[in-house]
Amino acid sequence: MEALTWTGPLGQFLDPITYALAAIFLLAVVAQIVLGVASSGERVVTNPDGTLSSAGGAYGVSTLATKWSGLALVVVLLGYVVIGVIGGPGTAGIVGGMSQQLTPVWIALIATFAVSIMYKRKLGLYGKLFDSTVGMIGFALVMFWVFGGIMAGLFDWIATHDTLSQVSGMKNKGPGTPLRGAEEGEYAWYLLGGDNLARDVFTRLFKGAWVVVQIAPLATLFAFMVGITLGLPAGYYGGRLDTFLSFLANLILAFPVILLFYLLVTPEIVATGIPNYMATVLFIFPLVFVAVLLNSRYYTQPSFRTPLLVVVLGVLGWIYLSLISDAGTKVAVLPEFLDLFDIAPGILVVFVSVVFVNAPTVFRIVRGLALDIKTRDYVAAAQTRGEGPWYIMLWEILPNARGPLIVDFCLRIGYTTILLGTLGFFGLGLESESPDWGTTINTGRQLIRAYVHPLLPPAISLMTLVLGLNLLADGLREESLKD
Amino acid sequence: MGLFILRRLGVMLLTAICLTFIVFFLTNLYPNLEKLAKTQGNFRMSDEAVASWLGDRGYTDNTFLKYGRWLGVAPGWVTENEDGTVTGQCFAPDTPEGERPTFCGVLQGDWGYSLVFKDEVGGLVVKRLVDTGKLMGLVLLVMVPMALIVGVLAGMREGSGLDRSLSTFSIATTATPEYVSGVVLIALLASSKFGISPVLAEAGWIEGKTLFSGSATKASEDITFANFTLPVVTIALYGMGYIARMTRASMTEVMTAQYIRTARLKGVSFRNIVLKHALRNALIAPFTVIMLQIPWLLNGVVIVETLFNYKGFGWLLVQAAGNNDIELLLAVSVVSVVVVLVTQLISDIGYVFLNPRIRIS
Repeated sequence: MEALTWTGPLGQFLDPITYALAAIFLLAVVAQIVLGVASSGERVVTNPDGTLSSAGGAYGVSTLATKWSGLALVVVLLGYVVIGVIGGPGTAGIVGGMSQQLTPVWIALIATFAVSIMYKRKLGLYGKLFDSTVGMIGFALVMFWVFGGIMAGLFDWIATHDTLSQVSGMKNKGPGTPLRGAEEGEYAWYLLGGDNLARDVFTRLFKGAWVVVQIAPLATLFAFMVGITLGLPAGYYGGRLDTFLSFLANLILAFPVILLFYLLVTPEIVATGIPNYMATVLFIFPLVFVAVLLNSRYYTQPSFRTPLLVVVLGVLGWIYLSLISDAGTKVAVLPEFLDLFDIAPGILVVFVSVVFVNAPTVFRIVRGLALDIKTRDYVAAAQTRGEGPWYIMLWEILPNARGPLIVDFCLRIGYTTILLGTLGFFGLGLESESPDWGTTINTGRQLIRAYVHPLLPPAISLMTLVLGLNLLADGLREESLKD
Repeated sequence: MGLFILRRLGVMLLTAICLTFIVFFLTNLYPNLEKLAKTQGNFRMSDEAVASWLGDRGYTDNTFLKYGRWLGVAPGWVTENEDGTVTGQCFAPDTPEGERPTFCGVLQGDWGYSLVFKDEVGGLVVKRLVDTGKLMGLVLLVMVPMALIVGVLAGMREGSGLDRSLSTFSIATTATPEYVSGVVLIALLASSKFGISPVLAEAGWIEGKTLFSGSATKASEDITFANFTLPVVTIALYGMGYIARMTRASMTEVMTAQYIRTARLKGVSFRNIVLKHALRNALIAPFTVIMLQIPWLLNGVVIVETLFNYKGFGWLLVQAAGNNDIELLLAVSVVSVVVVLVTQLISDIGYVFLNPRIRIS
């Protein structure tokens, strides 16, 4: 069997069009930037009847050219994907093979967008996101990796091969190399080539996305729980408590992140159980948060509050105990048969250190917001009504701080992804055969001058995911400011 | 103002002491010490041998006492061996009895001895810091003007096509961590098989095999355009986006101010509005951001120095942390903590000086 080219037979007539369009688009963008700096921008002319109209000119032409050539480029690129889904690798080469493997992701993306755009007026801030182009692009990029990660990790759909199985003769082979003696039912190519241990790069890419999609949002959520639970009282009460907590936060922030990772993640430290103790402390914050949240709201109706708290805290407490307790580590409080799930020790350590690094920044943001909002009239009104301090913090201040917090949450997931990659890059935490992007970049960089194909896909994926989260945050910020 | 600086210096000192103590505590945990003993002595030591090796060198004492020794406020350890010779922390075995100092710590100017590099920590850190200083200096030289230009151009006409292109560019750079951009840049510009180098070499436009070098090891002695461009650009790109976005935000805010509208109505040309009226006020906020960005650069420096194998401060940090070289690690963390806190102080003070509306009483 022959090796696949990037775009296959389809490319023979579609590639020249793509190149031409890309060249026009780039020229138009450069022209727009140059003209935007040099000329005085869009000139607006007042018509005799009092209306305004744009005078156009060279700058206007370049803007139009950017818009239309960009649109045409997007249409052609979509063409590759659509034809690829139908024709597969035979018609559209590697691109076709990949888009065919990704069919479930495309379907999920289209469904999400269709439903969201249809009901966008009823969906609050999330629906407003679909009014902003930047936000939609960001959301699409993020959801692509979320769906890709979930489908590859949970359902095993996208993967063409196994993440760990090595095929002889595929070591460091370039993209599109056919499998030698592929059996019936086996995917016949390594779409993005093989890495230095002859494993499929394409499969590892999406399995790696699963690792990132699992850890990054959860770790950010925990960091937010810690930051909110400590930041609200620090901002609301002020005084000694604030001084002390701020000092602690600054202390952690003054640490170089990589030094902290090295200190926490090395096997010797893991053996002392310090990460497990830290997990015990850090993971209790969500429990405290939920307990205080519910209690402050319903403490006037004990007959409702008590059963609610018992049930919620019971479930959360069980999850918490199974999370922190692992047989064989220092913290093994729960007997084996009650332990719901075990987290791989490497992942727990990575999780803890990422939460630990992120929490102080969240704390500072929440504290700043609380300081600002506590001077508002509705807080004074609640105080006059005689509401307790925790009710004011969690049910008056927090909901009114949600805008900046949601935006920061998106940004912070991106930052957490970068941190996870950093850990992988230094070979800390996760095992060396883990398919996550940072570790793959770390193993690939040893052969970087000879083979770039195992290295570029995870690098570019990480970039697109973080870019997507940044754009999403930007879109959300813009839309939330419009209120 | 004086009192403010004095109080900040006090907090700085306290932070530095707390942080070094944490580092000290973590590096002195028993499993770490055991590893240390085995790498320094030999790998097949029994547990008792490890314990006596550590005991002879004062490692098994109370953590606070050990920390005091490192600081130079507690007397150094002295052990009398079975054969009658006396070894101590602060003197070589052949020093005469009367000349043996009791204290040797940071306060006495003795930063200790690196067990990995077999050298005095003080000299080692200074030498590597100079190398990293060159890198950081060039990065700042490239990054700050670029970021300010991009930010001002994007912010002067909010919502225009120029703004959108440049904002997308700065978001893209903040989304690309150093280990990604470094890898992509090496692949594109410094690989002999991929990217533009083979094309250029074929055409005979470049002398060597690649346009840039993917390794900056030689740059410690001799900085050239070929071996230092990629590290500098890699760090500068990641740091740039954030400063550019802050500059843009500050610029758009200034451009909607009343005095700008007045200038417009007076008929001042757009160029003069931007250069003479808006620019100075728009650059107050980015100054703070630039100062606070320096500690972030330190992170980038560690990654880039590892990726490009440039033997500077970041590389030293990785070596010290990877090998649990306690005294070197402490010196490294003192330096980085001082960098963080001093830049914070400068940014606070500078902000007050630049912005006459703020006064610290």
